Amino acid sequence: MKYIRIFGLYFRIGAMGEMQYRFNFFVHLFQSILQLGMAVGGLAVVFSYTHSLGGWVPDEVLALVGVYTLVGGLIGLVVYPSMEQFIMSVRDGTLDFVLVKPVDAQVLNSLQSVDIWRLIDVGLGLGVLIVALRRLGTQVGLEQAALFIGMLLTGSAIIYSFWTMLATLSFWFVRVENILEIFRSMYEAGRWPISLYPPWLRFILSFIVPVAFVTTVPVEALTGRLSPQTLLLAALLSSILLVVSRLFWRLGLRQYSGASA
Amino acid sequence: MRPLALFYLQQFKTTFATMVQYRASLFIWMIGHVLEPLVYLVVWTVVAEGAGGRAGDYTTAQFAGYFIVLMLVENVSYTWIMYEYDYRIREGMLSAALLRPLHPIHADMADNMSSKAITLPFMFVVAAVLAAIFHPAMSPRLWAVAAAIPALILAFLLRFLLEWTLAQAAFWTTRVSAINQSYFVFVLFLSGQVAPLTLFPHALQVLAAILPFRWMLGFPVELLLGRLTPVEALTGLGVQVIWVAIAYGLMRIVWRAGIRLYSAVGA
Repeated sequence: MKYIRIFGLYFRIGAMGEMQYRFNFFVHLFQSILQLGMAVGGLAVVFSYTHSLGGWVPDEVLALVGVYTLVGGLIGLVVYPSMEQFIMSVRDGTLDFVLVKPVDAQVLNSLQSVDIWRLIDVGLGLGVLIVALRRLGTQVGLEQAALFIGMLLTGSAIIYSFWTMLATLSFWFVRVENILEIFRSMYEAGRWPISLYPPWLRFILSFIVPVAFVTTVPVEALTGRLSPQTLLLAALLSSILLVVSRLFWRLGLRQYSGASA
Repeated sequence: MRPLALFYLQQFKTTFATMVQYRASLFIWMIGHVLEPLVYLVVWTVVAEGAGGRAGDYTTAQFAGYFIVLMLVENVSYTWIMYEYDYRIREGMLSAALLRPLHPIHADMADNMSSKAITLPFMFVVAAVLAAIFHPAMSPRLWAVAAAIPALILAFLLRFLLEWTLAQAAFWTTRVSAINQSYFVFVLFLSGQVAPLTLFPHALQVLAAILPFRWMLGFPVELLLGRLTPVEALTGLGVQVIWVAIAYGLMRIVWRAGIRLYSAVGA
């Protein structure tokens, strides 16, 4: 509860900072629509030559684009800017200010910066997802909806832990922003069903840079093709990674000696 | 001419030293540049397999060939100047470049060429690995490969001049990322990155033939794959020359206008 209030506070700060530049809303809206248009345009070209892609019909892939945009928006909203700031604070020693606050430093570090314009992506992604589901015409039952939300949450936990571990590396290697770029380019691959890729690439996208769990898997849940094994794996992996990333964070924190003190 | 050659040589040494220092960045840069064509390679080979071994005028193996060659050609013509320029102007870093007795485009061009000379061998290794995995089919002919050399040089020049000119937008506005992104939409669809251009509807193909984007990527790829007739190759080279001339003219005009607006920060 306390942390939700803190997030609300950072959100307000982020919003207040950006509200001075209201024209930016249109610039970001334009950019987000372009990005989405590129994804949908790519689908249109591909599906003018085929009716299904690795067993996925066009509207299912469209739903995937929706989830991809939605999750990408959520990462860009808080995870990416916060981690970026965290890495910077390790380098210049301002992490001290976070550590002395009477809340959990890992949580605070994960919430401390909000890029409100990414909400546009969240909205657009949600819109595309709804359109795709309506076109599919399948009755999304309560069970599928619950599974979808469950998989979205486990996927987010996996991605969050992955990011935390990457960012924690900055305690040992001071410059790690570049590593964050790897995620950016790998995430692009999540726009297509993971089952298309050859096994080695599927393995990388599931377990090394776990993009699959937050894009393909939730859509599988929604379209009723989620296997019990995947469900179990996602649940298991998310809980293990949450614990491991926590331990890793504490190990890293012990390395930190501050730069100002 | 000799001072210019010396300048390029020195820039090569500097860039090489920098890149050796930042090996990890080089590796990360490569992941991004391999992954994008790889994704489309996979998507299109799956499409072709599902449609009985071919889609449009490409077979499964020819798609593999197309995207592997595309990856290499992309590495030849790619620039990152549009990302850097905005930063350079905002931070006032352009001032130092202006003091030199040489047009600043030379430093950028030399830097770009040097870094490619370093990344290209790695890209060939990646291409060989991808070729072993996806078994591409190519039918290059000797004359076409020979013609591809000027085509590649012209493609590089065209893209460099065009993107360098576009980067000057940073003189006028601080919102260059919106401009850059719009530009990349055109590049993505009309240069042949998403799919070989012959797979697009006719109207888009005509548009691609008129606009410069095909000539900085798709044309040399198709030439290397041996998919063009000698007449098409010659016409293509002609169009490339025309576009390079236009881009050069634009570059001169925009640079001259932009530099007047520049007032350095912190000087």
